[in-house]
Amino acid sequence: MEVPILKQGEVLIATFQAALSDADLEHLRRGLVQQVVKFRSRGVIVDVTAMDVMDSFASRTLREIAHMIRLRGAETVIVGIQPEVAFAMVQLGLTLEDVATALDLEEGLAYLIEKFKNID
Amino acid sequence: MVFVGNARGTQAICLVQLEAVQRKENRFMSRQVSNPGGELVRSEAPSELLRELVAHLRQNRTLLREEWVVRITETRLLTAMTKEEIFAEATSVYDSYVEALETEAFEALQAYARNLSERIIPRGVETHEVVGIVLLLRDVLARSLFAKYQTDFKKLNRILDAYEPAANRIANTVAVGFVQERERVIRQQQEAIRELSTPVLQVRERLLILPIIGVIDPQRARQLTEQLLRGIRTNRAKVVVIDITGVAAMDVTVANHLVQTVEASRLLGATVIVTGLSPEIAQTLVTIGVDLGKMNTVGDLQGGIEQAERLLGYKVVTLAETR
Repeated sequence: MEVPILKQGEVLIATFQAALSDADLEHLRRGLVQQVVKFRSRGVIVDVTAMDVMDSFASRTLREIAHMIRLRGAETVIVGIQPEVAFAMVQLGLTLEDVATALDLEEGLAYLIEKFKNID
Repeated sequence: MVFVGNARGTQAICLVQLEAVQRKENRFMSRQVSNPGGELVRSEAPSELLRELVAHLRQNRTLLREEWVVRITETRLLTAMTKEEIFAEATSVYDSYVEALETEAFEALQAYARNLSERIIPRGVETHEVVGIVLLLRDVLARSLFAKYQTDFKKLNRILDAYEPAANRIANTVAVGFVQERERVIRQQQEAIRELSTPVLQVRERLLILPIIGVIDPQRARQLTEQLLRGIRTNRAKVVVIDITGVAAMDVTVANHLVQTVEASRLLGATVIVTGLSPEIAQTLVTIGVDLGKMNTVGDLQGGIEQAERLLGYKVVTLAETR
């Protein structure tokens, strides 16, 4: 199941619809990293609200996405991590260090817009 | 050689079994033989004996009940209740007891025991008292049986054979019912305390405080985390102040849990400020080697809330300053 990537102004939004296979995650990574420059986006939001399990591969891929996108000149924020998932991740030591996180899509957008303002 | 040995072994086992069967049969035979008045016993089946017994107990209801109440008062049981209450309760217990003896239906008794417990537990009646009064009743009734059948020893024996198991089961049922009810009450109270012990409060738009007081065990820590993370979601909090002024010390497990809670909150997009760390807890956190870059700590709750307000972009100004 592929993750659709939507363009909203200066921001790309990728919303997970269901649990993803490793191949889907890699596909998403490729897509986002390509499109962020293609659309000259300044920010990327990855919405994981629909994920009720986050394994180490998914968590590492999210972190890689964030780091690669930073190298491509944009900001990433992960939004919608469920409380149970968050605690399970922390217990497994998957803390997504130096990756921005926000409660939901709205918060993520607010975070990015604030960030853009600071840069401008 | 091996085969022979095996065969002999099996044979030996067979012999042992055969012997056991024979012994059993012998016992059966000897019992029949040694009991020439077998018909008499058969005509008085346990249920019949119980019926006779119940009739006796019904007949002497007033007397026996009186006796029982006297014994209860003598042994200083149920001191939390008045005399009239004891008498009323004794009457209904007596009737249920006799009924249970008669019908051997323990469900009704069980329900009654639970109902009774529900009424008397809040009055401070103890387990030993409840068990005590039921055992007293059992003894009082047994005595009356002794008195009635003292001339016919064989009959007394048979009556007691019928009475004792039933009486013991009743005592058991009542005691278990009482203890179960007590445990239910305790569980309920524990639940209530647990609910009370984790208040997640919103003090400002998007700002939660979580004051923690008392001892934190791993179970409570887990519950705190759950409540907090859920609270962050429902209140859409951006900043959380966890105040642990009221926690004197925590062990390494719980301290680790606290750190994990802080990290999990960050994954939900909330910043956590921990306030009121006691010297002991600070020591624990240093010992387990917490990455202080992740932990945002402020000395007291006031300072924590002030910093949270700054993070949220609030500025508190006195009225005089605005003029």
